Amino acid sequence: MTTTPLLRVEGLTKTFRIYHLDSALHAFEDVSFDLHEGEFLLLRGHNGAGKSTLLRTIWRSYLPVGGHVWYRSGHGEIDLANAADVDISLLRREEIGFVTQFLNARPRVAAQDIVAEPLRLAGIAQDEALDQARHWLDQFGVRPELWRAYPSTFSGGEQQKVNLARALILPQRLLLLDEPTASLDAGAREALVRRLSDLKAHGVAIIGVFHHPGDVAALIDREINLNTKVVADQLTKEEDHVAL
Amino acid sequence: MSLDLTPAALEREAPRLMRARPLLTMNNISRSFGDVRALRDVDATVYPGEVMGIVGESGSGKSTLLRMMNLEDTPDTGDYRLRLPDREDGNLFDLTRYQRRMLCARHIGIVYQNPHLGLLMRQSSSGNVAERLLIAGERSFDVLRARAREALDASEFPLERMDARPIELSGGMQQRVQLAKAIALEPALLLLDEPTTGLDVSVQALVLDTLKRLQRDRKITMVLVSHDLGVIRTMADRVMVMRHGQVVEQGLADQIFQDPQHPYTQQLVHAKL
Repeated sequence: MTTTPLLRVEGLTKTFRIYHLDSALHAFEDVSFDLHEGEFLLLRGHNGAGKSTLLRTIWRSYLPVGGHVWYRSGHGEIDLANAADVDISLLRREEIGFVTQFLNARPRVAAQDIVAEPLRLAGIAQDEALDQARHWLDQFGVRPELWRAYPSTFSGGEQQKVNLARALILPQRLLLLDEPTASLDAGAREALVRRLSDLKAHGVAIIGVFHHPGDVAALIDREINLNTKVVADQLTKEEDHVAL
Repeated sequence: MSLDLTPAALEREAPRLMRARPLLTMNNISRSFGDVRALRDVDATVYPGEVMGIVGESGSGKSTLLRMMNLEDTPDTGDYRLRLPDREDGNLFDLTRYQRRMLCARHIGIVYQNPHLGLLMRQSSSGNVAERLLIAGERSFDVLRARAREALDASEFPLERMDARPIELSGGMQQRVQLAKAIALEPALLLLDEPTTGLDVSVQALVLDTLKRLQRDRKITMVLVSHDLGVIRTMADRVMVMRHGQVVEQGLADQIFQDPQHPYTQQLVHAKL
């Protein structure tokens, strides 16, 4: 591709300093790759290779200790590794999404309100936001009788569906996915693949960690192995995934 | 690879993308009470629409800082600026006592942990809210009543009890009256000093929900002091960690909780059950 990448990761390094053990834990070192609009990059590696840590470092829950994450935002180019917190906050609201396998919802808020919240924050009227929220809950297979219930009472899979509906309701420019299919049934997995494929077609760039990359095989453009730091243009064969 | 985690190294020279301008800026705030240095060179910046959480153990200076933000106390050194539409930029600590009182009444709301500090317990709840409107110059009884009602409603206070005195209400309801009083004039800044401490868990969740809703729908900027890390984690966008009157670390709330940089913050976060 000849266009300017949306994201350019250069020599990114993350180390955790653990004071009570007086030690440092190296998560990953000197990771570099480019990501273009509409591209899907798979992160691979053994447990503890730093896949989730890399996503969280780009999202800035973790502070990198070295390197750059150049991101071409709608407001201009910025290094996410060094950006001010207030700018990160804004980009998270407007352009960058992060989906984990866990729903971190406030207690006593109905599922449909949790899903509608990003739309409400974006200034969309309550009725319209709720309509869309119900549409996406339905798409991910959450039964209508649960829409007004509190997700804290839901099963793990149902909570994850609510989480996905909320995370994907508003199109982002860059989407970070940390094992989003972990506890989903087949129907919800299909709905997720459909939604991701649609977002990708609209130019959303995606970086993902998947327990079973086969779930999203059709979407993957490139992969990077964090053990070897080799960037490959094609998905490695399924039997290799089993080995990892 | 050597790892430099001194405060100076952590002070990031951040390129500013959005050019967001802060609503609140405090610089070099120091305050001593006798031999006790309650605040030492504290800087604080709060951006419009965000919730800034302040955590720290008892005596760390967090409430003293909040009182400064509410202009209840002035520091030995330091300046405090609020970017408000109808006033010129200037150090608010230079204002006269009367000017400070007027500015607070008009632009800053506060909810205290102890409702006795914020409310007249033997005056009706609606009267408590109306008092704030009176200070701002409103005189028409009908307008006072309507606006008190509106503020109580926004704070999710049961309106059929609006004429009850706070002394007759439960702790959670008293906090809602304080909140209604604080937001009645649509303040630029809402200060919350341990607003849910002392409430039982279910009432606490309801009050936090109300605060979240107010923040979302009215885009009220909030500064929330709490020693309850769960409350801060639920509410705050950014967090300042204070110890011995100093800010030891500040950052995005999820970063402070997931990747704390300062030894004290690590200790604090890991102490959470």
